[in-house]
Amino acid sequence: MVQTAINKGRMMTSMKRIELFGWKFTITPARKILTFIAAFSIAAMVIRLITGFSLLTNLNDDWPWGLWIAFDVLTGVALAGGGYSTALVVHILHRDKYHPVARGALLTSLLGYILVMAGLFLDIGQWFNFWRPFVSWGHASVLFEVFWCISIYTTIQVLEFGEIVTEKIGIKLHRFFKKILPVLMIIGVVFPTLHQSSLGALFLIAVHKVYPLWWTEYLPVFFLMSSFFIGPAMVCVESALAGKFFGHKVSLNVLSGLARISGRMMVLYLGLKIFDLFERGVVGLAFLGNLEGNMFLLEIIVGVAIPIGIVFSRFGKTRNGLLVYGVLTSGGVILNRMNTVFTSMVSYSSGAYFPSIWEFIVSIGLISIGCLLYSFIVENFNIFDHHPSQRSDKHDNQLSV
Amino acid sequence: MSKGVLVDITKCIGCGSCTVACKMWNKLEYDNKVPSIGEDATLNDKNWTVVVQSSLNNAKGESVWRFAKQQCMHCVDPACASACFSRALQKNADGAVVYYPDLCVGCRYCMIACPFDVPKYEWSKAAPQITKCQMCSSRIAKGEAPACVAVCPTGVMKFADRQELINEAHLMLKRDDRYMKTVYGEHEVGGTCWLYVSDVPFDQLGFKSKLGSVPLPSYTHSFLKNVPVIALGWGVLLTGMSFYARRRNEIAKAKQAKRNGTDGNQQGEDDDFDEED
Ligand code: SF4
Ligand code: SF4
Repeated sequence: MVQTAINKGRMMTSMKRIELFGWKFTITPARKILTFIAAFSIAAMVIRLITGFSLLTNLNDDWPWGLWIAFDVLTGVALAGGGYSTALVVHILHRDKYHPVARGALLTSLLGYILVMAGLFLDIGQWFNFWRPFVSWGHASVLFEVFWCISIYTTIQVLEFGEIVTEKIGIKLHRFFKKILPVLMIIGVVFPTLHQSSLGALFLIAVHKVYPLWWTEYLPVFFLMSSFFIGPAMVCVESALAGKFFGHKVSLNVLSGLARISGRMMVLYLGLKIFDLFERGVVGLAFLGNLEGNMFLLEIIVGVAIPIGIVFSRFGKTRNGLLVYGVLTSGGVILNRMNTVFTSMVSYSSGAYFPSIWEFIVSIGLISIGCLLYSFIVENFNIFDHHPSQRSDKHDNQLSV
Repeated sequence: MSKGVLVDITKCIGCGSCTVACKMWNKLEYDNKVPSIGEDATLNDKNWTVVVQSSLNNAKGESVWRFAKQQCMHCVDPACASACFSRALQKNADGAVVYYPDLCVGCRYCMIACPFDVPKYEWSKAAPQITKCQMCSSRIAKGEAPACVAVCPTGVMKFADRQELINEAHLMLKRDDRYMKTVYGEHEVGGTCWLYVSDVPFDQLGFKSKLGSVPLPSYTHSFLKNVPVIALGWGVLLTGMSFYARRRNEIAKAKQAKRNGTDGNQQGEDDDFDEED
């Protein structure tokens, strides 16, 4: 499937191109399919907002939080973590060689957050009341912090993106945006740090419901660390795709450097996880051979241990290796979020939930919308050809994939 | 003073009058699919209280029926209220935990947070709300007992000050050795306003027995209280790092320029410092 999609991507240059008022959008078969899915899912979203939950979802009193929270929100925010970890490395630690990936990461992150907000909006019952927490302060709630942080951070990202937009439209404002950028960057790292950890802290209060392999007082720390190291992993995957679809090649040196930064964080993460399991005396639970134990092992071995092995081996210096590393690490974090919400609660609530086809369609629809927006923006703004350091890369001769 | 209700399981005959009184006072529909009394009785958006029947063996080994009334426990330190990010659930001074539908966003975090799984959702409605027992807060405000307490024909429940009820319950346990030696709700998750005494073990009646005595909001509190400090400290640290790194790059550039003679500009932003290993 992926391969055919990639081949279709290659044919892009021969495809029809729409140009309207100076905006470009190329039509490819893959994008036609995405548009179709997006339109279909938007119809489902509208129906959901008008009719409530019972028609389209399988949510019930035993499972108040389902796929939309687990995937669209928890996982979406983690995946969008690439924005702040690259911002930290590039704009705060000023490691300029990573500049070529900064704008791409920012874009993915911004789109990620916008889609997260859309997912949240679909998941709240009184959606016309969404603004309440801005005026009625339930500040003892972790969700309150998540809500404020995500709102502020999305705004910050839009402003950060202003620097890119004003290269093309509203050029007069460009200098202004360039000037405020350093301040934005710092705020833009502080807020994600807070809410990435708060997303884990959301489950602190469900101490009797979350299976002990996942419930720990370190939940916020684990969520934060994993949101940091998923960033470079996503950049690796994204670069592989962008290389195929948009001919944008990020140098191998840059990618493997990023991957090693994230690899060190993963080692820390793994160490703390194991320490925590021993300290709470629940290591044995991982080896009971039950659903929870197996899912936990899968998450840790395939999603953390193996990627660490790859990053610090020779395989981790090839494009193939980095792609495998990226896919496994991102997959591991996705699995972790799913496990925290689903697997960990199966035995508590007798497992009476499986997402309906419509819940899947809406989730896939949101992703499709994201891909379409990404393609549109990449074609119209200066995302990839932004190399202030203009360095030629000598290591980049092991091209594969 | 926080009020409370003491329930004596031994006195309940399972008539269900309390569930009817609840429906009438709160104008709730009857749910044809989900019973509010019997073995399958389940709390939902229409059943704010239910009487669950259990068949079990008593201490002498005889098989008996027992009936456990369930509703919101009106926790002393309610997880649901602390979880609500728009203050749609609030704890009154008189003990009742009350829902304000106008403030609710419908996120259902309160359902995740409640250790007794009490808040239920109006899944079938277009703009659903959270539903749960309000301890008839408007009646309490007038000095009356909740509707279910007032209507019970066998006097299972007693409405009074919570602390008084705890003292009374302990006297009952001392005087009559049929009772289990615990008052359910005295310490559970930091204490609840609904208290129970029983002659059969509570877990056999479907009560959650491993909740511990730590109020759940304390877990989130110990996280949240660190947030401002972390935010501030992190912000300062980042600013510092940013200036330091920029300065270091500049110095490196200057050195590079010196080394390369006059036209150092071309080597410009080279990466002297990006090799970590
Ligand atoms: S029992 Fe549940 S709903 Fe009732 S006050 Fe306690 S936490 Fe809130
Ligand atoms: S569903 Fe309503 S009452 Fe419950 S936590 Fe969310 S906003 Fe508060």
